[in-house]
Amino acid sequence: MRYLPLDNKDRSQMLGAIGVKDIEDLFECIPKQARSSELFDLPCHKPESEVEKYMIRLSDKSINASSVPFFCGAGAYKHHVPSSVDHLIQRSEFLTAYTPYQPEISQGTLQVLFEFQSQVAILTGMEVANASMYDGSTACAEAVVMAKRVTKKHKAIIAPGLHPHYSLATKTLASSVDIDVCVLDSEISSDYEVIDLINDETACIVVQSPNVFGEIVDLTPIAEKAHQHKALLIAVFTEPVALGLIKPPGEQGADIVVGEGQGIGVGLNFGGPHVGLFACNKKLVRQMPGRICGETIDADGNRAFVLTLSTREQHIRRDKATSNICTNSGLCCLAFSIHMSLLGGKGLRKLAILNHEKANLLAARIDKINGAKVLNSSFFNEFAVELDKCAEDVVDSLASKNILGGVPFSRLNKAGAKDILLICATEIVDQHDIDTLCSALEEELR
Amino acid sequence: MSMNTQGRITAPTKINYNVSKSFSGNKALEQATKLIFETGNFNKTGIDFPAAKGLEYRLGGLEQKKDIELPGLSEPEILRHYVRLSQKNYAIDLGVYPLGSCTMKHNPRLNEKIARLPGFADVHPLQPISTVQGALELMYELSNWLTKLCNMPAVALTPKAGAHGELCGMMTIRARLDADGNSHKRRVFVPESAHGTNPATAVQCGFFVDELPANDKGCIDMKVLRSKVNELGENNDIAGIMLTNPNTCGLFESEIIEISELIHSAGGYFYCDGANFNALVGRVRPGDLGVDAMHINLHKTFSTPHGGGGPGSGPTVLSEALKDFAPVPYVIKDKLGYYSLVEEIDEMSMGRLCAFHGQMGMYSRALSYLMSHGRDGLKQATEDAVLNANYILASLSDLMSPAYSGHCMHEVLFNDTFLKNTGIDTIDFAKAMIDEGYHPMTMYFPLVVHGAMLIEPTESESKYELDRFIHTMRGLAKKAKNGDVESFKSAPQYAPTKRLDETLAARKPILRYDA
Repeated sequence: MRYLPLDNKDRSQMLGAIGVKDIEDLFECIPKQARSSELFDLPCHKPESEVEKYMIRLSDKSINASSVPFFCGAGAYKHHVPSSVDHLIQRSEFLTAYTPYQPEISQGTLQVLFEFQSQVAILTGMEVANASMYDGSTACAEAVVMAKRVTKKHKAIIAPGLHPHYSLATKTLASSVDIDVCVLDSEISSDYEVIDLINDETACIVVQSPNVFGEIVDLTPIAEKAHQHKALLIAVFTEPVALGLIKPPGEQGADIVVGEGQGIGVGLNFGGPHVGLFACNKKLVRQMPGRICGETIDADGNRAFVLTLSTREQHIRRDKATSNICTNSGLCCLAFSIHMSLLGGKGLRKLAILNHEKANLLAARIDKINGAKVLNSSFFNEFAVELDKCAEDVVDSLASKNILGGVPFSRLNKAGAKDILLICATEIVDQHDIDTLCSALEEELR
Repeated sequence: MSMNTQGRITAPTKINYNVSKSFSGNKALEQATKLIFETGNFNKTGIDFPAAKGLEYRLGGLEQKKDIELPGLSEPEILRHYVRLSQKNYAIDLGVYPLGSCTMKHNPRLNEKIARLPGFADVHPLQPISTVQGALELMYELSNWLTKLCNMPAVALTPKAGAHGELCGMMTIRARLDADGNSHKRRVFVPESAHGTNPATAVQCGFFVDELPANDKGCIDMKVLRSKVNELGENNDIAGIMLTNPNTCGLFESEIIEISELIHSAGGYFYCDGANFNALVGRVRPGDLGVDAMHINLHKTFSTPHGGGGPGSGPTVLSEALKDFAPVPYVIKDKLGYYSLVEEIDEMSMGRLCAFHGQMGMYSRALSYLMSHGRDGLKQATEDAVLNANYILASLSDLMSPAYSGHCMHEVLFNDTFLKNTGIDTIDFAKAMIDEGYHPMTMYFPLVVHGAMLIEPTESESKYELDRFIHTMRGLAKKAKNGDVESFKSAPQYAPTKRLDETLAARKPILRYDA
């Protein structure tokens, strides 16, 4: 077996050194009835070439985003990732290292995390950020649980524009620690309705901007009302590139900002791994979940980095920890950070403008199609279109013509409107893609 | 002296060294690396874009007009920055990484290639089901391998890491208890030796923890457990037990079947922390032990890379009693061989753990590992892992102090008795290993052993590497006994940094760059 360095001579020498006759002697401690006597109904080992062939065959059974006109968003975004990103994250020293618990031989990972945290804090307009969560949805759920710890109140209000998966993941986690989660029905422009629901019992309000329909939400009035009642505003985003053009949530009064970082540096990956971003203001940092990297000095007085404030964490505080999270999205942080360092603020702005312009062009074209109506008054790179037909049928039919034409809203929420199609255009979309989608849509809606 | 709650020293002793510094700040191959914020430029970008058309914005008046103060660097600068940083990291590909309980085994490069195939890496999670049949088939196949290796009827693939799998399992248990009208059952037994994630998870799921002591053999004290269960009586509040097996002392819980029967008879469920499943794969099936739920760390047992802290993946196998309460989504296959995703929560399901369908990038790597090994290779890997650990135990037990007598499973636990009266602590020993070119073992964990040193070599080490490692450890143990305190206290000397002041980091947190 190509991955196992021991041969039978090694094995028998080692058994001899241990003082046993047979490998079975080392498994003696397992009670007989616990040992499996059955042969597993699974195949035997295969050479690399065979595994690869099988996998390529499987891969070929799906339509990949780069091969067709592609307009899907709704929480995962296709952007061009520079080649250097994937090259660097495959360096052994990053790929095959563990969590940096031994800082003297992990300064590479630790400095990356420090830079990552700085980038996320600046991007979101917040004071501090952690070293990542699993993804945007779990970051959102953890933020709600954190709000309960901070405010000592039990009611969370979820605005109607929150991605339905985020809303469900939050409800699933928060309800098990006795947080009463109020989820409003999804409608495109009703996020401001949460303002009237905020009262002294409210622990937090969760608002996504741009929301799941692509509409951009002004967080300031919601933050003001929240703060009047000592509630926290949790601002959510699913597309980090939007922050290249939209005012950061930190400048709009958010107390905690959580989001999905996948759009920068990380591919679609059929939904995972992605990277959860989590930022807040300094005074809340000791209630934050997840790992945090900080600056310190070594015995020579030189600057160095180390995981810190770990008395919040499970390996120290056990049942009193702020979260059970251990493994996070390390390598995806690295990918995010490399891509962001290539972009810089200036490149990010340019990328965001390109996205917005592509979506603008597409929205204008679609609005002219009979039977299709763009519902948004504002958007970044995705918007909601009301169709004369069932959106899922239209998308399936487009797929049969090799066009991935967006996400039917009903895919995210079966009880939601059947005629709404969420369409996204990033910088990878070109004029030919737009023409292809629009003529196909015209045909569908004729 | 600053110490943490485990008695570990967290600030270095000041020692005066006579090392002349280079003009460049470099040390040969090791290059000084400033922050990107100190070398980058806010007006620069390393990516070329076509010119904007100048269209009117439709941003609802929420445009950011200020510059974003993030530095940009060109591609050559980026390559230098990250390659230089990478050279300050230890890695499996560099040497033995014997972190107990973390399973740092070889990461086959075929798997990296597979994960990047466009039909897995470049598909959107919400594409029409007809366009992602290959990705769904891969998930279905992986489920098949995992459920067969565990002899369990179902697996929830979505959990994004081990701790997330624990949440999955414990929330599923809670959903079952609530469905049966047993909402008063909230007590979860957790051994002292457990990973910190276990008690943290139990609390995060609304349970409370009842801690179980270890006996002098490093296993659960059955007498204590039995008397606790008996005392709580018929209308008890027992929700279940969370147990790692083999446990974190590297020992198989030999009374596991009695434990699971006892918990079941009290109306509770058995959660097994699968972090150490790599000691059992192909030889023991958790389903045969009465396990109701167990997460499998694909990033440990099935070799998906740790990536400096993630991403992981924690598929959670579920018993007959729990499977109907699994979270969404999951993959099903019809008679014609067509795959679909069940994404709607029914009244039984405990809910949804995350957006989309979990860690596809880890599923593809893990399936590639499983197919490469096959049932024969998996069993051999398990045996080699156990053999390697016992070889280390046998080769060091005369100089170091094994925490328990007898053989171990895939990892070997020492305490700090052998350092008694030397003035050298576990942490000093660990830091001295760094100077010898090794990543230290897990230290001060599990908490049931004083000054714990937990060594897990995995099956990936050759006899040559093991012998070199053993030679080094013996040398260090002898040196410690000979009273060479200074060289231990001042270690590491050859690493990119000396020991760090962790107390300072926590007392005056600097968590980001500030101009």
